[in-house]
Amino acid sequence: MTDYKVKFEVFEGPLDLLLYLIKKEEVDIYEVNLTQLATQFIEYIEVMRLLDLDIAGEFLVMASTLMYIKSRELLPVDQQVTPEGEDDDEDPRWELIRQLVEYKKFKDAAAQLQTMEERQENVYPRLPGKPEFDTEQALVKANVSLFDLINAVNSVLKRLGQRGELRDIFEDKWTVSEKIESLLTALRERSQLKFSALFASATSRTEVVVTFLAVLELIRLRQIVAVQGEAFGEIEITRAPQPEPAVPDSPGEVAHPPS
Amino acid sequence: MELKFIIESILFSAQQPLSPKDLRELLATAAEQSEVAGVKAFKKTSLDDIIAVLVDLEHEHDAAKRSYRLACVAGLWQFASQPDYAPWIKALVGQKNRPTRLSQPALETLAIIAYRQPLTRAEIEQVRGVAVDGVMQTLVERGLVVQIGRAEVVGRPMTYGTTPVFLEYFGLGSLDDLPAADELRRIVVQKPESLLTVDPGLATVPPEQLQMSEADGAARPAEATPAAASGEGGSPNAS
Repeated sequence: MTDYKVKFEVFEGPLDLLLYLIKKEEVDIYEVNLTQLATQFIEYIEVMRLLDLDIAGEFLVMASTLMYIKSRELLPVDQQVTPEGEDDDEDPRWELIRQLVEYKKFKDAAAQLQTMEERQENVYPRLPGKPEFDTEQALVKANVSLFDLINAVNSVLKRLGQRGELRDIFEDKWTVSEKIESLLTALRERSQLKFSALFASATSRTEVVVTFLAVLELIRLRQIVAVQGEAFGEIEITRAPQPEPAVPDSPGEVAHPPS
Repeated sequence: MELKFIIESILFSAQQPLSPKDLRELLATAAEQSEVAGVKAFKKTSLDDIIAVLVDLEHEHDAAKRSYRLACVAGLWQFASQPDYAPWIKALVGQKNRPTRLSQPALETLAIIAYRQPLTRAEIEQVRGVAVDGVMQTLVERGLVVQIGRAEVVGRPMTYGTTPVFLEYFGLGSLDDLPAADELRRIVVQKPESLLTVDPGLATVPPEQLQMSEADGAARPAEATPAAASGEGGSPNAS
């Protein structure tokens, strides 16, 4: 824990800090006053030290480069010494500016990559499923057992009981066969229904029970299939795959099941 | 039957992005399976023809300003939605499974590699001015960058380059589609001939021919006098 240090995230490195300082001055990189820049850079490093931030070695190297440039400025041109191994051409100021310009371009390119990254997050490729000409795919999900269904309807009944004491009393108008009809109608309009949604409008215990019986009856008649995508997930009701391929889309047939 | 619409129909039904070669094979297979002269006619369609048609289709779909476009990603073609419609598609199919976004250092490093590949770690660090070890590891782990060889210098250090995953991640057809590819692949910052006369206390005098503005960029090479480009200083072609 004691080793934990806050990383100075704002600047990625000495070049980043220099670019920031130049931007603050609102001058072109080529027109920047390097002597002034050196002073500001070292001020920043002082602040970082005060804040007990880890100063990476690169910052110190840059600081010394800047100090070197600054010190050279103090001498008239004709008295400036060219250090050993360095060409006359190699002006440290130029070297630094060249590096800054190059870094700036890549920083800009990185910003463009970032835009593209965000853009690409929102691009959805068209990936059609392979047309399945057999209809077994609904069975990929686990078929639910009778106990799963009873469990599910039990929780619906419990929820119904919690709805409060006061309510109007309706005549029980539902019969199982009526519920079967309305279920099949609903399934003709939508490819699948959530088990819980079947009971969303139920006003009484009896209606829940009648609806549940209708579901069981339809499953027995192989008109619908109840599947559960994942363990303890929502049970989904879908139309059973029709074994007769001759009439693929005939609602009339659904209503009159072969029994 | 027009080749353009045949290709379009194939891509419309394709379960995965297809390359021009895939398309050529499909055309050949269809020709073999069919007795119809109109289908057989495309048995030996050239790759160039297919590519030309793909580019054509891409432009047509772009010009039509539909909610989807024909996109080429890493050399493979597929239909894809425009980003503006993401909220609705997301509601339909769910959030795309994407790794977390790249950090600023990672993006900078990746940009340098993308434009300058192949290059060594030292060359990357030279541009960024900081060590890149951790960032490089991330990029390699995410499959965006791989070692592609060794540099012919002392120690034969590894050189790095980007992968097809990189192109996919940013939705690029090829490296040529990188923004400002020509310029950034080889930035040659020309050193001014008469360097920056010294004015005590004021370090640099602006070298007029080096104005940074992008618009002037094209004018730069004209100024490149042989004396300035003599080699040593200005442009370390990192090789």
